Parts: sequence; structure tokens; C-alpha cells
Amino acid sequence: MATRRKNRASESTRALVRFVLNGEPAEAAFAPHKTLLEVLREDLGLTGTKHGCELGECGTCSVLVDGKPVLSCLVLGLECEGRRVESVEGMAGPAGLHPLQKAFADLGAAQCGYCTPGFLLTAKALLEENPKPTLPQIREALAGNICRCTGYIKIFEAVELAAAWMRGEDAAPRKEILYGYDFDESGLLPSHPGSVGAALAAAPSGLADAANAASRGGGGKPRPYEPGDVGAALVAAREPKR
Amino acid sequence: MTRPRTRVVGRPYAKVDGAAKVTGQTKFADDVMLPRMLHCKLLRSKLAHARIRSIDVSKALAAPGVIAIATGKDLPTPFGILPVSQDEHALCTDRVRFVGDPVAAVAAVDEDAAFDALDLIAVDYEPLPPIGTIDEGLAPAETAIHDYGDQANIHKLVAMEFGDTEQGFARADRVYEDLFFYEGSTHLPLEQHAAVADFGADGKLTLWSATQTPHYVHRALAKVLGMPAAKIRVIATPNGGGFGGKSDPFNHEIVVAHLSRVTGRPVKICLTREEVFYCHRGRHPTLMKVRTGVKSDGAITAMHFQTVLDGGGYGSYGVASTYYTGALQTVTYQVPTYRFDGARVFTNKPPCGPKRGHGTPQPRFALEVQLDKIACDLGIDPADIRRRHLHPPNTLTANFLRVGSIGLGACIDKVVAASGWKKRRGKLPAGRGLGLACSSYLCGAGLPIYWNTMPQSGVQLKLDRGGGVTVFCGSTDIGQGSDSILASIVAEVLGIDPFDIRIVTGDTDLTPVDLGSYSSRVTLMTGNAAIQAAERAKEMLVAAAAAKLEIPPECVGFAGGRVFDVASPEKGMSFPEAVVLAESRFGTLGTVGSYSPQPSAGRYRGAGVGPSPAYSYSAAVVEVEVDPETGILTIPKIWIAHDVGKCINPVLVMGQVEGSVYMGLGEAVMEEMAYRTDANANVVHKFPSMLEYKSPTTKEMPEVETYLVEDPDANGPFGAKEVGQGPLLPIPPAVANAVFDAVGVRVDEVPVTPEKVLRALKAKARGEPGRFGPARFPSVPYPAPIHVPTPAEGGDGKAADAAVTGAGGVR
Repeated sequence: MATRRKNRASESTRALVRFVLNGEPAEAAFAPHKTLLEVLREDLGLTGTKHGCELGECGTCSVLVDGKPVLSCLVLGLECEGRRVESVEGMAGPAGLHPLQKAFADLGAAQCGYCTPGFLLTAKALLEENPKPTLPQIREALAGNICRCTGYIKIFEAVELAAAWMRGEDAAPRKEILYGYDFDESGLLPSHPGSVGAALAAAPSGLADAANAASRGGGGKPRPYEPGDVGAALVAAREPKR
Repeated sequence: MTRPRTRVVGRPYAKVDGAAKVTGQTKFADDVMLPRMLHCKLLRSKLAHARIRSIDVSKALAAPGVIAIATGKDLPTPFGILPVSQDEHALCTDRVRFVGDPVAAVAAVDEDAAFDALDLIAVDYEPLPPIGTIDEGLAPAETAIHDYGDQANIHKLVAMEFGDTEQGFARADRVYEDLFFYEGSTHLPLEQHAAVADFGADGKLTLWSATQTPHYVHRALAKVLGMPAAKIRVIATPNGGGFGGKSDPFNHEIVVAHLSRVTGRPVKICLTREEVFYCHRGRHPTLMKVRTGVKSDGAITAMHFQTVLDGGGYGSYGVASTYYTGALQTVTYQVPTYRFDGARVFTNKPPCGPKRGHGTPQPRFALEVQLDKIACDLGIDPADIRRRHLHPPNTLTANFLRVGSIGLGACIDKVVAASGWKKRRGKLPAGRGLGLACSSYLCGAGLPIYWNTMPQSGVQLKLDRGGGVTVFCGSTDIGQGSDSILASIVAEVLGIDPFDIRIVTGDTDLTPVDLGSYSSRVTLMTGNAAIQAAERAKEMLVAAAAAKLEIPPECVGFAGGRVFDVASPEKGMSFPEAVVLAESRFGTLGTVGSYSPQPSAGRYRGAGVGPSPAYSYSAAVVEVEVDPETGILTIPKIWIAHDVGKCINPVLVMGQVEGSVYMGLGEAVMEEMAYRTDANANVVHKFPSMLEYKSPTTKEMPEVETYLVEDPDANGPFGAKEVGQGPLLPIPPAVANAVFDAVGVRVDEVPVTPEKVLRALKAKARGEPGRFGPARFPSVPYPAPIHVPTPAEGGDGKAADAAVTGAGGVR
């Protein structure tokens, strides 16, 4: 995976390394020039750790070695002898997702998800050292991880939310995180309620008209495809009559 | 359109693939590992422009671990995303056109063996003079880069006029003319392009690829490999970021397919980061000249917009990009007469193509900065000059684009109020300033890339007796959440939980065609197709349930996973029970939905670029601090309002707004694809690495205050419009406008760097105009424009000189 050529003189020798991986004893045999990134992905079958540049410039390959974030593309597999390595595959436990994972998922802080493992582990190391980081501290700790999708904002919010959960607080994301400011909620009907009756009390006519519109076109036969007209037909079918 | 009231749509659900992404379970292309898989590496040209005299692969073939090698003669059929510019070969046949152009491919047992073998391939080049700049591209050349194009190295020339701009300028109280330059930038997705090809023993090819457009890759593979498309399966793996950089069919995809065929083994390629810079297909560097006539109240009477694009070595989407630099100027403020001249030149650099915004950020920058200058000159508040002259809803623009809903006024009001614009702009301490800009983006191109009369998007639904629903659609989730919006929409129509829905996407064997994740088309087009498929399923469920409950069909309701009598809701059944009844009555259940946009109103040549079922709108205020000693900008805060029509999932909408603002900011202040000519007259990229190509980190991202405005559009699913590209567009001009408010100088170029700010400040101190930007616009041989009478003039969308035009033009 590297961009530099390797000396192939001794490729028949493999190094055997024993270490602790995600809390369990592990051993791997691999060509001695391989990086930890390559060993994890190719020799141990753990493809959760990603690569973005192979040169240590983007932070995507971050894992934890003895609790500290390292760029696995710049660490030799050999250097892990006797050490404790954590990759994203080890973050969830029998109880479910790690709070950071849950927060990232809930807030959409993982968009394409490619930088996510690196961010999760770096943030995990931060929160283990500093359970109540300020926003500047979060920015600083994550400054070595690049994301091109999120603009980082949901990532910061997810770290803050997870930190609160990990401190035992009953925290929920602020409305502005989910909806922006000044959001007009009048378009929302109550979500799946225990009692259907309660839901209907909120807007019975909308549902009846939706049901009515669905049966337009008669007797369960699907309407033929009408190019160009589809948009208007769909809108008419959806709109509650007033 | 009145705001629809919804139960699932509009809620901030976690993405359907969220758990997989946060646990590292998502399989990206490079995570695909197959038994006996070979690894491919490409030999790329180190010369920017040369003829290939010969290639000797004999030593490389004999190298340890090498299984097969391919060169251009093995794949002689050209390809390219646009039918009008099929100018690429999987491996160069006789010429290389930029540093990085692939000339040979090695398949070996591991990556190291493949890399080593590249050094053993001997290519004999005859160097040709490289073209490095727009000026060089416009000049007559001894050797043109391509054998096609409008003129020498000019790939494309377009010219069109709507209404009588001369009369429009005559009517103006003042006429302004400005020059702008917008530098090129690249997508820089974290995931490097990767593909795995497996030519099975059954003679069928499977290609996993990080592509945004599996359908177009499918077509390109069939063409170049000379295989029936029915024997080819393209699976779009989840993209680790796309932004337009993964929407061309690529050399490496075709090469691994070929190598798998000749070796009988799976073949994988993953580009290095440096190679991703050469793959590029990013923002066209664009030089612009804008002449605008206004009345003293700021109303525009005429606009003449001229662009020259630096296209790089190949066509890519470039013809469309060229038209896009002239298309959307008219959809925000009223522009009654409009003239556009565009040109794209070939240069010996990595090819430019579609990057988020596709050809519209450049002209939007020019328009919004010029409008700021005009407002200041006329003594009008820059927010008011826009607010007063918005394009009215449900009308055609001068160039026949149909604007439906337009929530731009509300967007402007939000950011003006939130930022304290009225009280603060022009009144902050020296070195601090506010800038405002607006923008618009289309919700899917009206026409497909290749001409056809079939749907742009298709959805199939399968209903299981256990109550699960499976949605099949050809769309690709590139991180924006397109899989998740399908779940929200189908769940809304059927009244079930979105997490009871399985989404299967982006597989040409399993899913109906969707053209791909580009042009912000996915929510609108797949959403509408999904609604149709779901409502057809609902018809059958209604019929079965109505019969069972002995109520008329119009009384059947769907909510909370139940199907019931709306008059007495406790009388009903579960959704799975309704499915069982329907399957008993109608047989195996499966429905289909399709969507294509209505034909556009324009009928002139080039009318194919610009029309869309709907347009989103954005307004932003940026606050900057400028250090007058160093020119360094810090941006403490951005306010942005985006008219999304209707949020299908608001937290995902927020993510797209914030991500677009981030990417706009990167372009505005730091990103640039910079090239230099070395001592051997070779044109090379200055820094093809993530360290030196500057992109914002956690420390540069300002606080962003987001306002989601909903002005639902009748053409959108539940009124929804796009959000993946629009919010990027106002950021660069708002930054430039803020710099002017802060320190009184204009930087008419993107990126707005400290060096440029300082140069402008020093010029101002010397008594010269306080401006940094292009000093001249080259002489471009634009043709005489086609003349199209505007709707206001009673035009029918055709050019007045209709005999010389064809219909449709570029798709």
C-alpha cells in the first residue's frame, strides 16, 4: 500500500508479532516492512481501519496503541510487539455501541463514514483523558483528522453528546443541532404513537385523503407510467384537501 | 405548494447505514477481498504532452510476481462520459496529455510487485510542447492536444443571447464591467478511488467500484470491452466521499476489468493519493468578464456574461460545465435580457469535470461580488438590492428556466436578522467586516447524459409477508444519505417504521436504473419514483383491507405500522396482516415507480443545460477578521439560510448544509490546484498531497448558524428540493464581500489568500485602486450568438434563427 519501493531481498522471512488487539491476545506473521495499517487490513482481516493517503497526512488510519492515537500508516507492525492496539472493531461491546458510536450515528456525524473510524478512536482517547473537554480542546484533539463531508460540526456535537452520556448525564441533542434555528415544526405530525387514535386526532383528514388518493386509479390496478406527468400526479395524490 | 404534514418525513432519524459506518462494517471498494486476487498499478506519464513512440514491457513481464500487463493497444475503443467528447482511452494509445495520464497497467500478486514492475516498463516518448494556461490554450498551436474541438485547442465555444441586451444596456442608468478569476480545486474525498473486477468462470464480469454513477460505468465497460451489457454487473460500493470526483467512468475501472478477463482472476486497484490528484475531474479554473446594466434602484436591465474555462487534458463533463457557467445567472434576481459567451480550452493538465456546484460556483462568485460593488456604488444596502428584485415564483427566466418555488426572500431575511447585518455592516471596527451573498442550485439536470426517453430514476418495491419492505433503486449513497431518504419516504407513504425497510441500491444486476448521484438529482428523482411505487403498493393494501374491514377504500388509514378504519381506528390490523391479505388477493406483490422531469421550455441549442424540476436557494452572511499587516483572514462565524423545500430528514439536511459551507470555505480561502512549468518546460502539479493541498481542518471551521427554510416545490417529493450543493455557492462571494467591508479592498479572485489581500491593501496605500484580480480578459473567438426571444417577448423557446440550430443541444 506504500508509494515507496521496498527492498525485496529478504521477502521470504516473516516477522511474528504478539500483541493485544481489541482486548484479546493476537498474533500475526507478516513481511517485516508492513505497516500496522496493512497488517490490520490484510493479515488480520480487519478492514474497519481505512487509508486516505498512506503518508500520515489525513488521520484516516488512526488507531490507538497503548491508549494513544497513532497514524497506523506510519507505524510498523513490528512496533506493536507486546502492546495494546485498539481498532474501531473493538469499540462496541456486549452492551452495544460505544456512546461515541451512538452519538455519531444519531447525529449523522458519519456521512460517507470513511473518516469515521479514525475520528472515533481519536475522540475515545480524548474522552478517556479529559471527560469534559471544551470545544477548543475537542478541535485541538481532532485537528489531525480531516473530514471532507461534515464540516466537523456534527462531529463536535457528537463528541460533546457522548461525553455527557459517559459522565452519566441524561443528555439529548439541542433542537438547533437537529433542525437548525427557528425551525417551523407545524409540518410534523406526532410520530408513531402508542395509540393510533391520538395520532389521528391530530390530523384525521390528511390520512383519509391520502388513503383516498391511493385508491384512485381503481381497484388495486397500478396506474400506467405517464412520463412527464408523474410529478404532478404524485403531488395531487399527496396533498390533503382543505 | 402548501406545506404537507408528515409523520416520518421531517424527522431526524439516524441513517439506515449509520450503525454499519460507526462500527467499521461498511464495505468500501478497497475492503473487497477475493481469493487469488491480483493487484494492479498504473504506469503514468511523467510528461505533460508527448507522443508515444513505443512501449517495451518485456522486462516487466519477466519480473517476479507479475501475471499480466496491458497497454493502450489492448483497449483501443475510446470512451468518455459525454457522447460528444468520447476522447479517452483506458490506457493512452498514441499520446499522453498530462502528467499522470496512464500508459500501461501491471497485474501482480501483490502491490509491491506491481509497483516494482512499473519501473521496468520502458516508454519511448517524443515530447511535444505543453499547453499550461488559458492564454496558451487560446493561442494557435503547432500541435493541438486533441484532434477534435471547435478550433485548435479550444474544445468548445458557445454564444447565446436572450432578448436584446443592447437595448437593455441602453435603458440602464449605469453599466458596470468587472473581471473575475476562480481557481481550480479538487474534491479530495478521503476514500481514494478503488475498483475490483472479477471475471467469473461463467463469463460474467462483476465490477465493484467507488463510483457515483454505476449506470454510466456499465455502459462504458460494455463499449470498451466489447461485451454485452447483460454480462456485466457494476456494483457501486458506498463511496467514501464523491463530490463529483467519482462520476466519470475511469481508466482504472476498465483496466482492471480487462486484466481480470485476461488472467481469469479477480483484480483490484486502489489509487494512491497522488494518483487521485491526477484523476481529478474537479473545478474548472475560470476567467470571467461580466457586464451588467442596472437602474438606479438596482434592478438589472441587461447582463453580458463571458467565461473561459481551463479544461485540462480531456473532455470529461466539460462541455456541460461550459454551459453551466452561463445557465443559472437568471434564477435568483430578475434578468430581463441576457447574453452568454463561453469557451473551454484544452491544456496539458489533469482533466477538469464536475465538482460540487458544477460550473456554477464560478459565475455565482462573479455575480455576487459585482452586485456588492453595484450596491455600494448606488448607495443601496447589498441585502436590499437583492431582496427587492427577486425572480418571481412559477415563472420562466429569460433563458427559459422554469422557476417554481423560490424561498430566497425568506433566506435573506433570516441571515440579515440573525447576523445583525443592518446594525453592523459598514460599522464594525477596522479589520472586521460582514459580507452577504445568495445563490441557487438545480435539483437534478432536466436531461440525462445520453439522449433517451426512459425514466431517469426507477424504484422497485417488494413487500414481505412478515411486514418487511425492500426498496430497490439504482441510486448510490455517497454519504449524503440517499438510502436513508428512500426509507423515510416509503415509510411515510406506507405508515411503517423506516427501520423495517431494507434498501438495496447501486447494483446494475439487482436495481432498476437511476442515473447516479450527481447534479443533486437523487432526493427529488428517486424520491418521486419511490412515492409512486409505494402508492401503487398502497392501492393493493387498501383494496384488501377495505374488503376485510368492510369499509369504503377512502376510509382506510396507514400509520404506526397499522392499517385501520379512520373513523374508528381501533378497528384494523397490523401492516403485515394487510400484506398477507393483499398477497392472497393479488398474488405475489411487487410494484414499480419511475420518474423523469417534464420537458423544459427551452428549445434552443444548449437549452439542455440549466433546466430542472426545481431550484433550491441559499443566502449567507460571513463575518471576517482581516489582519492588515499580514492579510491573514480568520472567519469567526457564518450565518446560512437554505430553502430546501421540505426536509425529508432534517439532521441529514443540516449535515449537507454544514458540509457544503465547509467546502465553499475551503475553496474561498485556501484550496487551489496549482501548477508550475519546470526547467524542462513540463507542466507539473505543485503539490499533489493532502498535506500541501490546503483543506480546512477542525481548527479552521467557524461557528455556523443554520436556518432551514421550507418553501415546498410542487415537483419535489413532499415538496423537497436539494441541499447537497446549493449551500456551497454563497460562501466564496460572501467571504470576498466581507473582506471589502473589513478593510476596503476587493479581491476579485478565489481563493482569497493573505497575499492577495496584502497586494490589494498596498495598491490602495499607493493611491491605486484597492483591488487584486485579473487585469485583462483575453480575446476569445466566440461565435456570433444565437438569438432567442425571451418569454416576456412572446418567445417560444426556439432561437429566432432556428434554421441554424438543432433541438436540445448538449445534455
